Amino acid sequence: SSNEHKLNFKKSKEACLSYIQDALLQKQWERAAEFLTYYVESLEKDYSRENIGPSEMIWRIGTEILWHHSQSSLKEFNCFMEQMKTLGVKRYLKVCLEHVFHLLCNGQINEAYQNLTLAESWRFGEQTAIQDKEMKLIQAYRGLLDYYSWSKQKNILLEHSEDGFSDLAAEREMHGYFRKAAVNLKEIIKIPGVWDIFVKCYVDLLEFYGDHNEARQVLNEYAYNSKFPANPNAHVYLYQFLKRQGESKKSLLSALKILHDIVPSHELMIDFNTMLQKSKKRKKRRLGLEVIFAALDYAGWKENPKAWSCLARQVKQIVISEKHLDWIKQEWNSRKDWWPAFHFSRYLAKRNWQENKSLSYEKALVAGILLGKGCKYFKYVSHQGCKAQLKRFRMLKKFVNRHNPVYLRISG
Amino acid sequence: RDFNERCAQCSEVNWGLTDGGRFYCRSCHNVTERTREVVNTDFFTNSRVQTISKGLRKQEKNDGGSEWYVCEGFQLVLKKQVEALEALGVCPQMKDEILCNFWRCYLQKSKQAYCKRPAGEAVKALSVCESSTDVDSDPERPSLLHLLSLSESEGDLQTDCSFASSVSKVSESTSVYSGSVDGSLYLMKNQKEKLNMTMPMTLSFCYMALLWVREPMTLSELLRYVVEGHIPYLNVFQHFPEKMKLCGLDLKIFCVESWPVYEEVFNKMHELAAFLDLPRFPDITESCFLHPDMLCMKYLMEANLPDELHNWTCRVVKKIGIGEVDFLTLVPGNKSTRKVKYDVLAAAVIVVVLKLLFLLDDHYEWLLSELAAERNKNNIEGGPYFEFKKWYEVVKHSLDVEQKKLDEERAKYLWRCEKPLFYSAKKKSEVLKRRQMVVNLKNQFGKLSGSVQRAEKPNPSSFQLSWSEENTDGSCFHGHSLKGILQEKCGLLTAMNPDYWLCTVKLCNEKLCGHLAHYREVEFPQSYHFVLGLFSFLLRVQPSYIHDEVCMIEHKLFNKKLYKKLKYNTVLRK
Repeated sequence: SSNEHKLNFKKSKEACLSYIQDALLQKQWERAAEFLTYYVESLEKDYSRENIGPSEMIWRIGTEILWHHSQSSLKEFNCFMEQMKTLGVKRYLKVCLEHVFHLLCNGQINEAYQNLTLAESWRFGEQTAIQDKEMKLIQAYRGLLDYYSWSKQKNILLEHSEDGFSDLAAEREMHGYFRKAAVNLKEIIKIPGVWDIFVKCYVDLLEFYGDHNEARQVLNEYAYNSKFPANPNAHVYLYQFLKRQGESKKSLLSALKILHDIVPSHELMIDFNTMLQKSKKRKKRRLGLEVIFAALDYAGWKENPKAWSCLARQVKQIVISEKHLDWIKQEWNSRKDWWPAFHFSRYLAKRNWQENKSLSYEKALVAGILLGKGCKYFKYVSHQGCKAQLKRFRMLKKFVNRHNPVYLRISG
Repeated sequence: RDFNERCAQCSEVNWGLTDGGRFYCRSCHNVTERTREVVNTDFFTNSRVQTISKGLRKQEKNDGGSEWYVCEGFQLVLKKQVEALEALGVCPQMKDEILCNFWRCYLQKSKQAYCKRPAGEAVKALSVCESSTDVDSDPERPSLLHLLSLSESEGDLQTDCSFASSVSKVSESTSVYSGSVDGSLYLMKNQKEKLNMTMPMTLSFCYMALLWVREPMTLSELLRYVVEGHIPYLNVFQHFPEKMKLCGLDLKIFCVESWPVYEEVFNKMHELAAFLDLPRFPDITESCFLHPDMLCMKYLMEANLPDELHNWTCRVVKKIGIGEVDFLTLVPGNKSTRKVKYDVLAAAVIVVVLKLLFLLDDHYEWLLSELAAERNKNNIEGGPYFEFKKWYEVVKHSLDVEQKKLDEERAKYLWRCEKPLFYSAKKKSEVLKRRQMVVNLKNQFGKLSGSVQRAEKPNPSSFQLSWSEENTDGSCFHGHSLKGILQEKCGLLTAMNPDYWLCTVKLCNEKLCGHLAHYREVEFPQSYHFVLGLFSFLLRVQPSYIHDEVCMIEHKLFNKKLYKKLKYNTVLRK
């Protein structure tokens, strides 16, 4: 109809919003504030029919502007948040939570704590049940802040005990924080989700008070319960815990195996490979080779001397024993097309030699075995090394020359 | 004034009104106790006078308001609008003689006053039977929700249904549904005979009056002044006196949330003129501002085009007969003649002239421009030749700047006014709370807006773009010559351009599909789009609107050739 282009309230405000959006994206806070003053009257027409109504828009936009604007103070920010809390009862707890986040980012721990406590005591008919998830989060964050208080107390007490003082009141306070924190943290980690920080803190508390069983149970749940989203950190926490507890290699390795499956490039892969290499079981040693090759597939590891030294060590050991050369062949098969350009280019040879001689040494060894003594990387580095009269490079050259036939067997 | 009792003191019938609204005898200055609800009518007589003497009207309601009818509201709106027009320089007769009479005529024809049985009585009857507890039980009485869903606008206030639904079930007097007495009646759908008033229609009234006195103000100008705030429209109701309480369905009638469109106001005006049985309007002659020759002059200036083009527009106007008095003058009710949109027509004439001289096919006009540029480089005597390219660059730049400003203004409109609106008394506190929050937020973020001050309302100006010959940068093209593109043939100046392309070979049936042609569906040259866009901006109408007029003019101009061609085509087919 010909009325499509008619300018009405709705279209006018939509246009206004797009100007605000442009200003925000270009960090023009004053301009965004100006257009927001024209937009706010849509509050009077807020019947919450759309997915995101005017009141939510104003909350989010206003928060951004006040947070970034040079002339806005924290006091103004807080005042604004209080107004936003009254705007939409269905959003009340969400606004409280985000307000708390901003306060925490600004170092206002006490204020944040007060807000959390206040929010926790909020009740509003059936809304309380509907916003149950947000409430749990609020309680969890309060538990987190309690944990930090506990932690502070603990450090103070440790200092005092070194000096020979004992402070019963402070101790009781510390235990009080523990109880408060533990209750809330325990609740939130029951719900499937990503709760890294809550889990860490809770486990820390449990370990301090000696409840290792509970700690182990919590970590196992977090890592292995299929209802929880896949989370590499869960396995890292579990591994670290088991290590602290002095658990057997077997359980440590099983924890790391899953981590390798999820994140082959994880930094713990070095520990993993080291443990696997030392194992008496053939399967484990085989896995170790797989693990270290997989890690080095990732660009982040290219210049990591430790990783290369792990690989070099294992490759060297295999070559010397002349057993299991097929392992190397299998791993090399899928990599021989792209590793040479990825790791062993002449440019990298020069750069590695310049920057880190140990790195270049380890890499040259691997290159020499995998690509033969004729490969440019090995040739360059060994030549440079021998020129510099470094003993180990001479040894390296001899070693690779001696075992050159291995290369032929691998590459075939 | 229609109070016909004899004075108790001197037996004369010569009444006037005191400031307090009481009748006093002009002969002996006896003041009576009879008062009347004055709704600010130094304008003209209150149409509700009959009901006073019958004593039917209640004086005060418990909330401090009093009864008022919707047409009284509109009367006030019109008064405000015409006063604003007066302030803009329109002749005072428009208010006191023209518009006032039009309005009276309207009230009479629509049976709202000045007749034997005012519609108000019908409303009374309805409210008397309003004792049922459940509104929906009475099948004849439309439910509140049903009334709310009837809407001419896009249902801006349709969301207010959420308010209404909480109100409808309980038995209350009609005051809950609307502050006015006949608000609900107004929204009922039997509008065929009555032609109920709407806010856009107030502008139709204004335009009709302007046309009658042949004021130099086109409809597009009128609408632009409305949008710029020089003529009250959006929130006029805030000037209603305290006693006229607005709530419920009144909001739907008086609170509009969109700007009226040219087409809407134009069509309604014609409907209105026919409804009022008005006679032939005063003649639009060559000396009138609204005559195409005059308007073309104005638009040529505003579009920064050479004055010489005016000869051409006059020639086109003459050739197709659109300068004739009978063509231009409005005869209400005459369905056979096409209704004339003076401003759009003039703009379309200019577009056609540009097509005649420059072809505007994205090639020829640039070619001509290059030739002119060559000549201008080597030889400046006799004044510069008009270069399409330079003109395009200058005008496009200004147009872009103004368009950008306009777009920003559109995003910055404030639709709400100081006076808060409540749908019903129940919602009052909530509305006020929201209003307070809006004010707070405005203040808070206003301080953070930096030193940006909202520009003062610009002074009303007939010209949106202006070009000065004194500018030495050569950005004014009024004085440029068309010599480069003209040639003499048989003593007559014609265009060098031998070709012309028609916007459309066949005109559509306007009554069937609403348009003469379909602008959006065809790809036209960029130059044509540009020219249409320029006038679209100046007149604040859609380009397709002007395009339709262009098609109409072209078909009149090339009538004979087209007729021959069509005939030839049909012969071929057979």
